[in-house]
Amino acid sequence: MVTSETSTTEHHPALVHHFDDMEQQKEASTFGMWVFLLTEIMMFGGLFAAYLIYRLKFYPAFVAGSTSISVSWGFANTLVLLGSSFTMAMAVWAAQNRSRKQQVMWLIFTMILGAAFLGVKAKEYYDKYEECHIPGSFIGKPFNATGGPGCEKGNIAEEMQERARKTNEEIEREGKAKGWDEKKIADKKVAVPSDAYAVQTAKRTEIFFSFYFAMTGLHAFHMVIGLGLLSWLTLRASRGEFDGQYFTPMELGGLYWHFVDIVWIFLFPLLYLISRHSGAH
Amino acid sequence: MAEHTQEQAHPTPRLYLVIISILILLTIATWRIAFVDLGIFNPVVALTIAVIKAVLVILYFMHVRYSSQLTKVTVGAGFFWLLILITLSLLDYISRNW
Repeated sequence: MVTSETSTTEHHPALVHHFDDMEQQKEASTFGMWVFLLTEIMMFGGLFAAYLIYRLKFYPAFVAGSTSISVSWGFANTLVLLGSSFTMAMAVWAAQNRSRKQQVMWLIFTMILGAAFLGVKAKEYYDKYEECHIPGSFIGKPFNATGGPGCEKGNIAEEMQERARKTNEEIEREGKAKGWDEKKIADKKVAVPSDAYAVQTAKRTEIFFSFYFAMTGLHAFHMVIGLGLLSWLTLRASRGEFDGQYFTPMELGGLYWHFVDIVWIFLFPLLYLISRHSGAH
Repeated sequence: MAEHTQEQAHPTPRLYLVIISILILLTIATWRIAFVDLGIFNPVVALTIAVIKAVLVILYFMHVRYSSQLTKVTVGAGFFWLLILITLSLLDYISRNW
């Protein structure tokens, strides 16, 4: 392959001397970024694997813990983050094809959505604080999922029994409407957890919340770094540094942002959806 | 390969709109399905939808579909490694009581 002879005076200002051309320079940067993202997959992957293994070991506690967190906020945040991935993709596109004003505009949209995500996360964390669902006793109130003083809102033991009773009432009502006999109704009913079992399971949700905070916390930390990167990109875009020939920082910032989005795409079902008590809102 | 110019190398805003629409629909679907009792299939459906969403983001938003073979192999290797980590670890834990 013969590369076009570019004299040092006329090549693109962003091309550094150890690369043949812009294409090769971009390829090297993209490869390097992906290698970094693979190390990120290894870090989050370890957490995912540990989460799934502990879920097998403490299944009822993971169901109880997962059911107690707000799926509506998790759903809303998923939409916000997906939206920010769209605006980020548009920012990368604008870096190649549009004015610096449009580049900055898409980057600011992305930052607003990223900040909104963190705001919702902060609200969810505050709820956990109020419910005494922060593991350990070093941050906030000591963990208590069995309705201790000041922790009445987060009584998971009672919620478990309450949910079983409600399910049984519904079965009773449905059975009467459909004219089932007493035996069929009794067979369909679920067992209401005993006090001892409910308290034991509620105490074990502490391991679920440890994973919840470790995983969403690491993810939120990545979001904060992402917002820093976006601010830096906004500064560079506003100086008009990016064009159709050179937009590698935007491209790689985009890769990072989308990666953080992918982590959330898996966190949402793992934490909020798959272990839920079905039917519970 | 050398003819691969930067203009061709990226999708259009119209395509991005299609992708984000699909992503939003899949998110709504997975959210609604979580309230339906499918037994052991609840996690299967939720994680299948998550994988589809991740693949869409990787291929289009992250431009892997339009990238070089080197990038494709790198990305593939990363997620293949993740698959090994998760499936082999879980196979061990699931089968211990068999």
